Amino acid sequence: MSKTSKHTAMLGLPYYAWAIVFIIVPLFMVVYYGLTDKTGAFTLANIMAIAHPAHSKALWTSLVLSLESTAVCLLLAYPLCMILARSGKSSNSFLVLFLIVPMWMNFLLRTYAWQSILEKTGIINTFLTALHLPTQHLINTKGGIILGMVYDFLPFMILPIYNALAKIDKNVIHAAHDLGANDLQTFLRIILPLSMPGVISGITMVFIPGMTTFVISSLLGGGKILLIGNVIEQEFTLAYDWNMGSGLSLVLLVFIIINIVIQMLTDKDGEGVM
Amino acid sequence: MKDELITLRSVSKSFGDKLILDDLNLTIHENEFVTLLGPSGCGKSTTLRIIGGFESPDSGSVFFEGRDITNLPPNKRQLNMVFQNYALFTHMSVAENIAFGLKIGKKPKDYIEDKIRYALRLVNLEGYERRSPSTLSGGQQQRIAIARAIVNEPKVLLLDEPLGALDLKLRQDMQYELIRLKNELGITFIYVTHDQQEALTMSDKIVVMNQGYIQQEGTPEQIYNEPENAFVADFIGDSNLFPAVMVRDRLVAIDDNPFECVDEGFGVNRPVDIVIRPEDVEIVPPARGTVTGVVTDVIFKGVHYEMCIDVKGREWVCHSTVAHAVDEEVGIKVDPFNIQVMKKPESEDEEAAGINE
Repeated sequence: MSKTSKHTAMLGLPYYAWAIVFIIVPLFMVVYYGLTDKTGAFTLANIMAIAHPAHSKALWTSLVLSLESTAVCLLLAYPLCMILARSGKSSNSFLVLFLIVPMWMNFLLRTYAWQSILEKTGIINTFLTALHLPTQHLINTKGGIILGMVYDFLPFMILPIYNALAKIDKNVIHAAHDLGANDLQTFLRIILPLSMPGVISGITMVFIPGMTTFVISSLLGGGKILLIGNVIEQEFTLAYDWNMGSGLSLVLLVFIIINIVIQMLTDKDGEGVM
Repeated sequence: MKDELITLRSVSKSFGDKLILDDLNLTIHENEFVTLLGPSGCGKSTTLRIIGGFESPDSGSVFFEGRDITNLPPNKRQLNMVFQNYALFTHMSVAENIAFGLKIGKKPKDYIEDKIRYALRLVNLEGYERRSPSTLSGGQQQRIAIARAIVNEPKVLLLDEPLGALDLKLRQDMQYELIRLKNELGITFIYVTHDQQEALTMSDKIVVMNQGYIQQEGTPEQIYNEPENAFVADFIGDSNLFPAVMVRDRLVAIDDNPFECVDEGFGVNRPVDIVIRPEDVEIVPPARGTVTGVVTDVIFKGVHYEMCIDVKGREWVCHSTVAHAVDEEVGIKVDPFNIQVMKKPESEDEEAAGINE
């Protein structure tokens, strides 16, 4: 190894130290706790506990709600990104910034804000009452949780899709038209396939936090709708059963790994990465 | 005369308050290799994009075989474009790229496969069907872009500086390829470039443009030998472009030195511009020259030497296969036929418009 590359490798040291202390070690601790019982003996019981109806129901709810919010995010983000990518360069970077600004505000704060908007005596219902309309049951519903997830995670869908669409050369689209394709054919055969890395990246970036969230479901689900994140949180903080919590976390990890593998297989060039 | 294929009538176009094309009229005939030549921003690419349907003119009309196609979208026009940066579909193989237009046109599968093979043979890339465009060199990508366009059997192929990104050797090879292709296909090529050498090599007709106006249309020989104004003379090839005075018919004074020429009808003692190509400047012994000067620079250019000769403060550029030493006094002679006299524009606007009446 030459002297310069040695020095370059040295620059990575703080990162390696960080990764070992805060990523590798905790991960091994989760694996250790997940595969042992309270006496430290090897067991698969913590992982098999996912089969318990309460746990599997929570996992299923997580899967369904995060898939639904991912779908909503995709449906909202894609057309928006098309408009942004087509509009003039000076105005669209401002618009993108405008959409990203909420991301810089504290995530908890934003979720609390939705709580006070959706509450029984919240802003929407106060408004409806003032108009002598019947109040709506908005909070503590699956719809409320999906709304929270969509609001919190939408920017993570917009950014990669926008980047992928903005990268498509205008002349490539012109070329498709030139070769006889109409707008729909151009979209289906050229624009959509070329933006797929961004779409898949966006799906991953919304689906994974949706799958693992427990704050949104606690605040907007009122503890009535349990997601797998809530179950794991309770195992750690209420039941003090670190083994069970770790075991269930490992099950959740499998879903996340599957998702990431799919992303890596479909995005070989790393194009969708923000 | 061949049939008229494309006609632009009074086409104007501006972007914001910048006027790109002003009242442009242009006729392109069947089976011609027409080059739109000019510096960047002269409106040549905009003209091509209007013909292709990617820009619509603010006023004026575009006719194709006598039919008004001004408002027809690009996908309904019987012409195909080769883009400067190739614009290949990177998510498709070479074969899929070439087949794109045919699949959109719902052609039968056998026909498409034959066409792909035919097109790849035509651009000398047989066996590249399964390759991805991103694994090909710039020159190969350009050939694929051409193949993708020609399989649709367009009546006109539009080429927007297609060789701009290639290195010199490859560019020269591709020039010959394009001429061969044009002859084999028997279709009209409309070619945009800022490279005058490229234009002179390939074109049947050159349209020199500047600031949104056509400066001159003609064969490469006409454009080179008989430029109609100072802009064309200066833009095409090296030239000695001097202000002069037309003393009377067939006699022009360059810095008060009378030269015989063959031009008539400019009036008496009228200011004009003249152009003399460097290869038409003859170096003779001082006693035999019309004027005398001193050699200031000699550069070896391969085929010839390029020499700068100072004639009482005016620099003449001269090409000769015989080198003369710096500081040598030489005589200069020009064959009357080789002095091209051009009317001087009276204002800058007139200069841009290339008005020459």
